[in-house]
Amino acid sequence: MTEPRSYRVEAVVLRHNDWGEADRILALYTRERGKLRVVAKGARRIKSRKAGHIEPFTRVTLQLARGRDLPIVTQAETVDAYLPLRDELAKTGQAAYVVELLDRFTYEDASENHAIFRLLTETLGRITFEPDPWLAVRFYEVHLLGLLGFRPRLFECANCGEAVQAVAQFFSALAGGVLCPKCGAGLPGVWPVSMEALKFFRHFQRSDYAGAQRARPAPEVREELEGLVQRYVTYLLERELNSPDFIKQIKR
Amino acid sequence: MLPEPIQNLIFALERLPGIGPKTASRLAFYLLRAPEEISGSLAEALTDLKTKIAFCQECFNITVAGRERCEICESGQRDGSVICVVEEPLDILSIERIGAYQGKYHVLQGVINPIEGIGPDDLKIRPLLERIRRGGVLEVILATDPTMEGDATAQYLHPRLKALGVHVTRLARGLPVGGDLEYADQNTLLRALSGRQEMG
Ligand SMILES: [Zn+2]
Ligand SMILES: [Zn+2]
Repeated sequence: MTEPRSYRVEAVVLRHNDWGEADRILALYTRERGKLRVVAKGARRIKSRKAGHIEPFTRVTLQLARGRDLPIVTQAETVDAYLPLRDELAKTGQAAYVVELLDRFTYEDASENHAIFRLLTETLGRITFEPDPWLAVRFYEVHLLGLLGFRPRLFECANCGEAVQAVAQFFSALAGGVLCPKCGAGLPGVWPVSMEALKFFRHFQRSDYAGAQRARPAPEVREELEGLVQRYVTYLLERELNSPDFIKQIKR
Repeated sequence: MLPEPIQNLIFALERLPGIGPKTASRLAFYLLRAPEEISGSLAEALTDLKTKIAFCQECFNITVAGRERCEICESGQRDGSVICVVEEPLDILSIERIGAYQGKYHVLQGVINPIEGIGPDDLKIRPLLERIRRGGVLEVILATDPTMEGDATAQYLHPRLKALGVHVTRLARGLPVGGDLEYADQNTLLRALSGRQEMG
């Protein structure tokens, strides 16, 4: 596939790294071609007109030109800066998690995925405006896993196929879902999951955001669910993410 | 396949920021052809860098090995009641160049980066808080870069410094977002320094 000489994308800046004298390399998630790495020349100069538009978490339209190795940013314009994500450290941590999760799960394969782009921008918006971003982030995890093809099976045992009964179950990352007590008990590498946590997990998976918002899980259920998804994600990625540890550090 | 010594040099150069495989090869072959004096003085400078340079135990700026404190910390001319907090020693150089700042510094030796896994514990934050607890400091100027990471660092420090009863101001609020202090021209920096704002 040959690139056009110049083209426009709408993107969220996932991360930036210093490069060369005063340049930055950006990792973007674009609406048009999924994850994409580009160069922003001179972006570290204080007087750069681009710099303010291409900070992490910013939603931006970019004009890109074909470059020798990577596309080059020629123009940048902010669509949404989500400013509270920079002004409130707790929100910065959550936004970093959202962005890191997507960055780790995706490759630069030029595949457009409007649903992922929409979920990403909606989630950053929700973290920006909602006083407690917990729900927005859990909803994002559950739906992102689905869009990436890792939707966990929560309604029937992932081993024997029996419909899940209203009792505590087990969760197997390897099997990609819930195991009934018969199949899961005593198996190495499976985690117990309470009926309560499973109920909210299923609810988030099936609902739109308005529906998910009606859920009011108790603090211990929130903690269990968060831990469960975290372990599943770590299993799938075969390594720990950085931002959850950061979120813990800033709470101290 | 290249002989091992040159291959090793290329690998070593490639690990430097901003140097790709092509530049690394070009530099390695240049050094191979150049007079021995050029590679010799480079090798010597690189060895000295680690053996003759140390960090100031007060502010973590770079200083000559064997000295406990840097020149700025030792100086009787500097106002110890103001501390300017920067990411890197290079930022001190930029601010010193404008010649308008009379206070002292504290180098964090990095910046918070949640995605790369650099948290508050990885920076020289605890020594800063200890320095302030010892007394005599009235104002802390947070001069981290106006980037997401610099802002996150300032947001982390702000309540912790305030709790110690000092005035906290943010330098970068006068600077355009996304830049790097190292590249600020002197006018911009001077304006940002005199117009520093109380953190809300
Ligand atoms: Zn079963
Ligand atoms: Zn010092």
